[in-house]
Amino acid sequence: MARLKFLCDADRCIECNACVTACKNENEVPWGINRRRVVTINDGKPGERSISMACMHCTDAPCAAVCPVSCFYGTADGLVLHDKDLCIGCGYCFYACPFGAPQYPRVGNFGGRGKMDKCTYCAGGPQADNSAVEYAQYGANRLAEGKLPLCAEMCSTKALLAGDGEIIAAIYKERVQRRGYGSGAWGWRTAYKEGLAV
Amino acid sequence: MLIKRSEGHAARQRLASVHQGFSPGGLDRRGFLRQAGLGGAGLAALGGIGPGAVRPAAAGPTNFGAPIERRKNVCTHCSVGCTVIAEVQEGVWVGQEPAWESPINRGTHCAKGASVREIPHGDRRLKYPLKLVGGEWRRIGWDQALDEIAAKLLEIRERSTPEAVFWLGSAKFTNEAAYLFRKLGAFWGTNNTDHQARICHSTTVAGVANTWGYGAMTNSYNDIRNARTIAIMGGNPAEAHPIAMQHVLIGKEQNRAHLIVIDPRFTRTAAHATEHVRIRPGTDIPVIWGILWHIFQNGWEDKEFIRQRVYGMEDVRKEVEKWNPEEVQRVSGVPGEQLKRVAQIFATQKPSTLVWCMGSTQKTVGTANVRAYSILLLATGNVGAPGTGANIFRGHTNVQGATDMGLDVSTLPAYYGLDENAWRHWCRVWEVDYDWMLRRFVSEKLMQTPGIPSTRWFDAVLLPRDQIEQPTNCKAMVVMGHGGNTVTRMPEMVKGLEALELLVIADPHPTTYAQVSNRRDGTYALPACTSFECSGSRAASNRSLQWGDKVVDPVFESRNDYDIMYALAQRLGFAGEMFKNIEVRDGAVSAESILREINRGAWALGFTGQSPERLKLHMANQEHFDVTTLRGREGTPVAGETYCLPWPCWGTPEMKHPGTHILYNTNLHVKEGGGTFRARFGVERNGETLLAEDSWSKGSEIQGGYPEFTVAVLKRLGWFDELTATEKEVIARVGGDAPDRVSWSTDLSGGIIRVAMEHGCLPYGNGKARANAWNLPDPVPVHREPIYTPRTDLIPDASQVAVMQASNGKVAAPAGTYPTMPDRRGYRVPHLGLSVQMRSHQVARDFPIILTSGRLVEYEGGGEETRSNKWLAELQQDMFVEINPRDAEARGIRAKDWVWVTGPESNSRARVKALVTERVGPGVAFMPFHFGGWFMGEDRRRFYPPGTDPIVLGESANTVTTYGYDPVTFMQETKVTLCQIRSA
Repeated sequence: MARLKFLCDADRCIECNACVTACKNENEVPWGINRRRVVTINDGKPGERSISMACMHCTDAPCAAVCPVSCFYGTADGLVLHDKDLCIGCGYCFYACPFGAPQYPRVGNFGGRGKMDKCTYCAGGPQADNSAVEYAQYGANRLAEGKLPLCAEMCSTKALLAGDGEIIAAIYKERVQRRGYGSGAWGWRTAYKEGLAV
Repeated sequence: MLIKRSEGHAARQRLASVHQGFSPGGLDRRGFLRQAGLGGAGLAALGGIGPGAVRPAAAGPTNFGAPIERRKNVCTHCSVGCTVIAEVQEGVWVGQEPAWESPINRGTHCAKGASVREIPHGDRRLKYPLKLVGGEWRRIGWDQALDEIAAKLLEIRERSTPEAVFWLGSAKFTNEAAYLFRKLGAFWGTNNTDHQARICHSTTVAGVANTWGYGAMTNSYNDIRNARTIAIMGGNPAEAHPIAMQHVLIGKEQNRAHLIVIDPRFTRTAAHATEHVRIRPGTDIPVIWGILWHIFQNGWEDKEFIRQRVYGMEDVRKEVEKWNPEEVQRVSGVPGEQLKRVAQIFATQKPSTLVWCMGSTQKTVGTANVRAYSILLLATGNVGAPGTGANIFRGHTNVQGATDMGLDVSTLPAYYGLDENAWRHWCRVWEVDYDWMLRRFVSEKLMQTPGIPSTRWFDAVLLPRDQIEQPTNCKAMVVMGHGGNTVTRMPEMVKGLEALELLVIADPHPTTYAQVSNRRDGTYALPACTSFECSGSRAASNRSLQWGDKVVDPVFESRNDYDIMYALAQRLGFAGEMFKNIEVRDGAVSAESILREINRGAWALGFTGQSPERLKLHMANQEHFDVTTLRGREGTPVAGETYCLPWPCWGTPEMKHPGTHILYNTNLHVKEGGGTFRARFGVERNGETLLAEDSWSKGSEIQGGYPEFTVAVLKRLGWFDELTATEKEVIARVGGDAPDRVSWSTDLSGGIIRVAMEHGCLPYGNGKARANAWNLPDPVPVHREPIYTPRTDLIPDASQVAVMQASNGKVAAPAGTYPTMPDRRGYRVPHLGLSVQMRSHQVARDFPIILTSGRLVEYEGGGEETRSNKWLAELQQDMFVEINPRDAEARGIRAKDWVWVTGPESNSRARVKALVTERVGPGVAFMPFHFGGWFMGEDRRRFYPPGTDPIVLGESANTVTTYGYDPVTFMQETKVTLCQIRSA
């Protein structure tokens, strides 16, 4: 069985934000909720690098470990999804997440949090695949259609890779060997408890 | 701290209130989204969907049973030409899928391309025709709007001649619409027809065409994969052409290529470079000459290439000698050692390509800049082969095509110019009588005189009548698909707007034109649909003509460009003649029939072999093209042809020319897309030949240079009788009493081209490229300081200028100074140079910071469309100025502070946020040019037609940009002026 992962090649990422708008487009994510974002370090200086960030669908996901209502569940492909009907918007997962992935719509006038929203790896949620209610709650379910997340599929420079961890790691390794440099699979050690030696 | 322009989270409070205030009432789609995001209360009513819902049940493919149709169109946001695949269900665009089969984008998009589905969904579009009555926008019907507009235009025509109307078209037009708009101008009786190419690459077109024949990208985005050295100067593709960066980065990785970025800013592209050369803005020529100095000094030039294919390189050598490393460093700030390294890499690690963009072209020396770039390529033998070339990245979907279609003040379609021969040629194509056409104009002289460029239309409105070389000032303007914040000197532009009797805006969005002035009447806003609601061909930067299918019908009451022009031409009384050979059914114009008419006339450009059928075949077989060579694979319906038949695609569609991937490539047969430099400038000058020596394209029967083909040339070669009887008959009809003078470009049968190709010859001849272009103001490019320069030591003082001017050009400028051109005239208006430059001496002290401008990845052009797109607007919510920490500290400015940027003309000022960053060097500031809706500190949201205001508004960079025009094309100077910045 495949273990689906994300890998962002920081030497390719140009911070064009295609992944961000592709995600918004595919999942009709509302203003203010960012399932994916691009982070830049050393902005405007030599050494500037950007990386596209979303839920990494961690191994032994810390969000799941802290959730008081156990709304998270893992899929056979290694994805970490959640059930919005169970979520109480407590925000624990946000504190537990090393990547800042969980997002919350604000409800009411006192800063109250709504149900948590995050990247689903374009795999929808616990509702029936590609049903209207699944789409309304979680967005697209591309995986059920045999496709990968749109952010990675549309990445302008093919920096963001999605798919089976071993395959994307092989693509990345080949790339690094060919060009002679690579800053590593950022976030892999944290998310997947393994680095990527090249 | 605002170290990035966007920090990944939305400023929800502030913008949400904006959303609320200006959205129509009721629970519309956006209203719902807003409440879904902001309040739980509204959701309770929806029962089944829990509060976690992120979208309304009404949008998207909720009915998975209904069939989904896939339609292909082309992204409208830059010139790379990314295929967009739209999934359409029951007439609604419900999804966007990666276009894996496109050899250009291979499935990918940038932020703009990945969000284009929002465009036909956008509820901030113009929905129905509007008219400004006493300062208030009122809804009217199409018929009323067009009747009133036509009546007013005809009245102005009667009273003030046709030259009083300025027709401003668009680079977002399809080729067919651009051609139609130019034709509309001609049938109206004026050459005052222009579009965005004026302000993006007009100088490239002029400079490069004057060097080797055609003013376009010589290779392609894909071909950059073959380069071993990629130099990018005055361009930032990581933001402006992100998909081009895919090819750049893959080329860099596969070949371990050098990526040299020469730019005043450390751009996002520079972040991926192997070498960044920071220059003072406006010193491109000293830098290029500085590179060439090392090349000549070390003998790294390609001597054989120069001997065979270049004219006048010796004159360049003389100019380059002046630019020793010390002088280059004094003027540009670049150390000699660094340039030596760059020179050695560029000249020896071949193939090398030079990429440029608006950082090079939008200058008072734009034409000279691109000439210098071209000369660098010629000197190193880097033209006409894979991995080499002038890879000029243009800016809009179809700015290349709109330029090709002559949507310009100085030429008819396909660069035929405006002389009598050109008019007679196109009249023959249009099947109208030349004398009838002549009567549409005030005079034959004005018919052959270039019109007023879009950069100066407001001068043509405001200047005293005696300074304008046409019968009257401009009194009306018809604008289709063109932003109002894209020209410099906006405070004066606004005055021009207010002085117009009639202003017609046809656009999906109201644009800056609709709100920036205090007009109260005589203004119409017509909802034109977007490119995605309209079929037709679009020329990407690499000259490939991609056919885009209409994705959905025009939304709201909007209409496509063709139909609007047809309806207007009908009311103006010349639709019968203008649409004589164009198919129109119930007011709906057929794009295919327009392209066929273009095919019948655009011989000089090789825009003739690309029939709609061939283009559609290519779009249907995208997956069969190689990603590097763009050639169709054997055994497929497109075998051997280049993707979407980049011009020149010689002869008729039946001749099956494969299109030209790489211009001037002598290693291929002309029938396979090979070429030579165009013999466009005669055969000899001062005893020196202008024809190629010992160089010819593969398979040519003439082994050496030759002039362009005419009937006379065919006769001399003994090839005349290879023409068929039909071809001879057409030629006799074209030639009248002088059939020998019919050339390959006026022969409507295509016979001359066919015969030339049969013998392996290029119809346009085999000439030398010109390092010395004697017809330009600076035949060999020379450095000239920007009009507003902080380096007053590099320009003469006022008394020296007085002596220079009194001597009538005999006294040269003092050594070590680089003055701009003297005052002159052009394009019917005055063109000031030195007299304005002398103001630098007064203002440089109070305005010590160089201001430059450029693109952001999230927005495009004037920005109305993209700032109305909620997915893009969220990413970039504030207009800003980049300022170096040193300058910020000296002014007590902290990151995110509001600041005033003031300019040295018209008391101009702009209130923007400060982005303190080392991306710009000390003494340099940068502003993006996509913003509008604020003007000199005033939020003008209330002046937009209700419900059409973009989500994000901001000050326009061009509010503070200043005077300064290229002498050849009147390109505006947007890249170097002066400003002051202080806390607001």
